[in-house]
Amino acid sequence: MRDPMTPSLYRVDKVVRELPDTATLGLVPSGGDGPFSFRPGQFNMLYRFGMGEVPISISGDTLDRSRVVHTIRAVGSVSRALTELAPGDEVGLRGPFGSSWPVDEAAGHDVVIVTGGIGLAPLRPAIYHVLSNRGRYGRFVILYGARTPNDILFRSELESWRSRFDVDVLVTVDSAGREWGGNVGVVTRLVDRAGFDPLHTVALVCGPEVMMRFAIPALNGRGVPNGRIHVSMERNMKCAIGLCGHCQYGSYFVCKDGPVFPFARIATLFAVREA
Amino acid sequence: MGDIRDMGLLLKEHPFFQDMGKAARETIAGCGRNEVFEAGRYLFHEGGAADSFYLVRHGAVAVELHVPGKDPVVLETLHSGETVGWSWLIPPYKWSLDARAVELTRVVVLDAKCLRGKMEKECALAYELYKRFVPVMAGQLLAARFRLTDVYGNPER
Repeated sequence: MRDPMTPSLYRVDKVVRELPDTATLGLVPSGGDGPFSFRPGQFNMLYRFGMGEVPISISGDTLDRSRVVHTIRAVGSVSRALTELAPGDEVGLRGPFGSSWPVDEAAGHDVVIVTGGIGLAPLRPAIYHVLSNRGRYGRFVILYGARTPNDILFRSELESWRSRFDVDVLVTVDSAGREWGGNVGVVTRLVDRAGFDPLHTVALVCGPEVMMRFAIPALNGRGVPNGRIHVSMERNMKCAIGLCGHCQYGSYFVCKDGPVFPFARIATLFAVREA
Repeated sequence: MGDIRDMGLLLKEHPFFQDMGKAARETIAGCGRNEVFEAGRYLFHEGGAADSFYLVRHGAVAVELHVPGKDPVVLETLHSGETVGWSWLIPPYKWSLDARAVELTRVVVLDAKCLRGKMEKECALAYELYKRFVPVMAGQLLAARFRLTDVYGNPER
């Protein structure tokens, strides 16, 4: 069994510049690693040689085992360096780690995704999964919020999903000029407009924590109980295997017990103010 | 009377008035009329007399802030089932923003002068209306505060 603290060598084989500060990397093993398997919602530790290591959610399709896909936003020195990689560059990769979106548990239910900003990236594997197994689910609703129309992540995919007859995609931005013909307002207000059966819904929520704090009451207000709401948490993950304690969250380690949590399990922690 | 009954039905079908008692709804219906706005037509302009409010039945309305020398900034879009405008409740009864139909939009226009008069005489009716408008205002205030935090902004910028 591979040592989870030892990175494998991966080569960048594709780069998509999604937004000025965000890039999607396709990675293939440079060494002897075989096909990569993961569950939607899991993350890898990506090591930029000479700079450091950061946790990044996997944003690709679980069915595509030829390549590991990560969508990275430059929010610090290491993540910025990762977004600046070019095809042929190499990185270290450890993973996959952590818990996953409950895509099997959600079968037979309506699935409502509430997300904003870069939060769409960790949810994309779950979206791919539902779309690949569309018949197993009830209504499928994707609610996405961005800062402005120019900040919409995976725009062409959102448009493509919206063009299907079996997915409801509602996109909103916090502010826009008149040239934007779409919705303007906070993402949580879309919850009231979306068509789903609250008592038979599984909600997957990912985005900035403030956004999630607003989204959960909105879902509760529609009648979705906390036990059917799942959130992806972000903390300072270092070892990724629950040893170092950097990502401790109450009695949990986000790297090992999360990043995806049933909200009912962490509802009391959600209100705790951390230093 | 026929028109008032029809308007009563329209109000009953609209989420904003759905749970209101019939008597209050019929009183309000007497102040209502249907109107259609083509895409691009304004419902009202900043500074104008706020003597009405709108129930969106179909379509979408953009609430905009006019910026001199620049294109307007869209602050919010409102859709079927929502209301547009609450400046009619607060002196000096002037609109503080513009509202423009984004697409063909059907609304019920409620005459606020007529309603303010009825509310002065009937406290119960006033309470019924405030009970519905206060959550709208609170929701918009909360949304504005949410946006002030710029949650999607890049902390590096």
